[in-house]
Amino acid sequence: MTTQESAVAVELITVVIDGFEVSVPKGTLVIRAAEKLGIQIPRFCDHPLLDPVGACRQCLVDIEINGRAFPKPQASCTIPVEPNMIVKTQLTSPVADKAQKGVMELLLGNHPLDCPVCDKGGECPLQNQAMSNGNPTARLGGVKRIFEKPINISSQVLLDRERCVLCARCTRFSEQIASDPFITLNERGALQQVGIYENDPFKSYFSGNTIQICPVGALTGASYRFRARPFDLVSTPSACEHCASGCDMRTDVRRGKTLRRLAGDDPAVNEEWNCDKGRWAFKYITSQNRLTQPLVRNGEGELVGASWPEALAAAAAGLVGKRAGVIVGGRPTVEDAYGYAKFARIALNTNDIDFRTRVTSDEEANFLASTVVGSAVQYRDIDVADHVLLVAFEPEEESPIVFLRLNKNFKKRALAVTSVATKGSIAMDKLKAKFIKVTPGNEAQAVATISLTAKSVILVGERASESVGLLSAARTLAEKTGAKIAWIPRRAGERGALEAGAFSQLLPGGRPVSDSAARVDIAAAWGVSTIPSLPGRSVRAMIDAVHSNDLDALVVGGVDIADMPQSAHAKEAFKKAFVVSLEIAHSSVTEVADVVLPVAAVTEKYGSYINWEGRPRAFAAAVADSLNRSDVRILSVLADAMGQSIMLGTVTAAAREFAQLGTWEGARASHVSVQPGTPVSVSGDQAIITSWRRLLDEGSLQMGEDNLAGTRRPTLAVISPSRAQKLGVATGDHLRISNAQGSITLPALVEEIHDDAVWLPRNSIGSNPLQTLDAVHGELVTVVKA
Amino acid sequence: MSNSIEPKKSGIPQSVDDVSFVEVNQPGPAPLTQQARGFWVTFRSMFKKNLTVAYPDVKAPTEERFHGRHQLNRHPDGLEKCIGCELCAWACPADAIFVEGADNTPDNQMSPGERYGKVYQINYLRCVFCGLCIEACPTRALTMTNEYELADSSREKLIFEKEDLLAPLRAGMLQPPHPMYPGMNDTNYYNGDVTSAHPSQEGKQ
Repeated sequence: MTTQESAVAVELITVVIDGFEVSVPKGTLVIRAAEKLGIQIPRFCDHPLLDPVGACRQCLVDIEINGRAFPKPQASCTIPVEPNMIVKTQLTSPVADKAQKGVMELLLGNHPLDCPVCDKGGECPLQNQAMSNGNPTARLGGVKRIFEKPINISSQVLLDRERCVLCARCTRFSEQIASDPFITLNERGALQQVGIYENDPFKSYFSGNTIQICPVGALTGASYRFRARPFDLVSTPSACEHCASGCDMRTDVRRGKTLRRLAGDDPAVNEEWNCDKGRWAFKYITSQNRLTQPLVRNGEGELVGASWPEALAAAAAGLVGKRAGVIVGGRPTVEDAYGYAKFARIALNTNDIDFRTRVTSDEEANFLASTVVGSAVQYRDIDVADHVLLVAFEPEEESPIVFLRLNKNFKKRALAVTSVATKGSIAMDKLKAKFIKVTPGNEAQAVATISLTAKSVILVGERASESVGLLSAARTLAEKTGAKIAWIPRRAGERGALEAGAFSQLLPGGRPVSDSAARVDIAAAWGVSTIPSLPGRSVRAMIDAVHSNDLDALVVGGVDIADMPQSAHAKEAFKKAFVVSLEIAHSSVTEVADVVLPVAAVTEKYGSYINWEGRPRAFAAAVADSLNRSDVRILSVLADAMGQSIMLGTVTAAAREFAQLGTWEGARASHVSVQPGTPVSVSGDQAIITSWRRLLDEGSLQMGEDNLAGTRRPTLAVISPSRAQKLGVATGDHLRISNAQGSITLPALVEEIHDDAVWLPRNSIGSNPLQTLDAVHGELVTVVKA
Repeated sequence: MSNSIEPKKSGIPQSVDDVSFVEVNQPGPAPLTQQARGFWVTFRSMFKKNLTVAYPDVKAPTEERFHGRHQLNRHPDGLEKCIGCELCAWACPADAIFVEGADNTPDNQMSPGERYGKVYQINYLRCVFCGLCIEACPTRALTMTNEYELADSSREKLIFEKEDLLAPLRAGMLQPPHPMYPGMNDTNYYNGDVTSAHPSQEGKQ
């Protein structure tokens, strides 16, 4: 229950159901009141998170109010309780029972009964309720209605229309929850069916949820269809590793292979939903060329297989007594991040550790240490906010569950959303957000002018670091108005890494490195005499330090060099330094690493993430990995080999130690305000580039899942109408975006964007501005007609 | 303790003297009438039908519905009938069947429709020949032959793979993968509308 609901005194209404009295809040549906008594009324269309519709008629009950009975049984999923109501369900009313059985008979009249080959068989509400509330024999004979099957309503979702019971759960979900009205019920009578618009495939980022809530096997997932039955699967509660939303998940494994992932039910976070990336992007674990044994670079410069003792000895030899830094990447579990943090401080005696392998700034580092670490803005704060300000944050693309929460509040109570962004978006349209159009780099000035109240929430995206002064402006606004401020990174491990101290300015638990009391605290807990006090380097500074011979070695965990700005420069540094890489598969880092240590992928290990709220999201190992190779364990063994024990032999040990450390109660690092940069002026064909990543793109965790790739949004370059007119370009014509580094040619989309700006997706097919142009936000590029 | 080492006395008698004999009363030859009765049984059987066969030189045919080795059948154009649904594996009380399905693709059409059985194994060390798998099969892909000679020298050899179980290609059949019969869908196949391969199915893949 949200704080808002519990704050208001609820009026209770007492009703009698099957002779039992129950008191429920006003407005509760009869079917829910019955649930409270443990009375199960069969249903298909009813879903607690969707508006009542009364489509399937399966939940018919006899209702009497003030002694006056309804003449016919009523759908209990649409009628709220009222005083003096007496309800008789199928358990006490023969009329209701007969009505339910009749409805079931009609539903089964055209149902193909292909349960033996249906994906839903074994977990099917229709199957179960036909057994519990149906007639054992059918009176309807003859030929059943036959449709062509299956039809692809998107590359991921398949529809068997003949199995459908027309409950409208999928269409209601798309309309009410995702605001993607791509599917609808069309035709009437016996031919009524779920359909898609002729020219609009079901391209929703949340389409997988319709499969999960379908009460029959009408909607099936292309990647799971016919792969297994529920009783073949071993289910493990897990957490999503894709973004910082922190969805609760369930991973289903058969014969040691992950076959599907479902959204878990966590009302405080993802409710019962998740996004398609979380649901389907798991093949990267098995489809890639996974590392099976350690590799060591030999005298000829080739990576060759080695035993664990050999590889650990080689890594230790390259690290002992050297000036080394640690680059963690954005995806470690909290325990692994804690392992890296302790490894850096004890085994390498340095604060050179950073998880931000993206475009960052010192301003961001200061913002994280002063404002973000330990903050506890939550989803429920969105539920009670009067106004949400989005700063450099595109919720649907960068944290989809935050979008669903915003959308829920927009639909339920018309939550006001304002977005300071360089380009409008589909999500902004759905939320009817006030779009404050700025040129890339000028966000800070726009943020400063917005008026908020103490009940408002500011959601800052990780891209805010790309605009000078923006984080400072957002913080200043929060301080001025009392609004809550939250930072939402894209990757699942970033907040956890920050809390666990895998960060140059912070020790575990948010203790500032610069605070000697914090250092003493940690040194005592770790049983070491001192913790290095020199301020650490960021990723970028480490790369530069390697080039200037100030750093000899790097320990790198789960990093793609292509994510870094100036990636060629970074790659040179990785080549030059002694690199120990902890990876699940061959990558751009293992290519140039000196020692490669294979670690477990997320389904093979246990641990936890911390989502953007600061909420721990624990998960269990779905597939047994006999070596239990979570990063922290490998680091512990490596530290032993270096003669500097960190004593973290298991994930559990790391979790326990991290929990015992607790959070820092002293002062946070002080915030240093940064002034906004000077606006870039544009002339002629020049434009200021801006970009962000699509939810579904060329990301390395989406590899191997072609069905998912089919629902990507198109790769387009967005320019304003006046620029399009100036260039003589219409939507669909090609544009060339170039600078001294290179050029990208993309079809144009003429849309709402500042006249001086050009937007392109950051990591889609044919559009990787970071790699091609080494520019993603705020830099000048030339835009011409191709 | 004595210094000499005596051989341990074995329990086996060393000479005739070590053995004691017991006198047994044995009956003498039976009376002639009784002997004749015994020989009559032998004599009578000499004119009866001979039931034994000189196996393995001679093999007696089994009953028509004898439960022997399984066979994975084909459609008349050579496409496999198995759709990889695993119903046989679920039905099996001895857990002798392992199936793994895969998607048919335009380049690799093994059976009509969406799916085919990519891996199909029957472990004949576990199989009890109950035939529940045959009853479970929705496409009549799995049937039992009358073949009963299922002995071998290792456990591995008694796990039959799909190649061992597939019915041979008969006249008019083409080795899959090949496309479905032109103009026909999977329902046509199940209705028996496809009676042999079409020339266009050959060499397409």
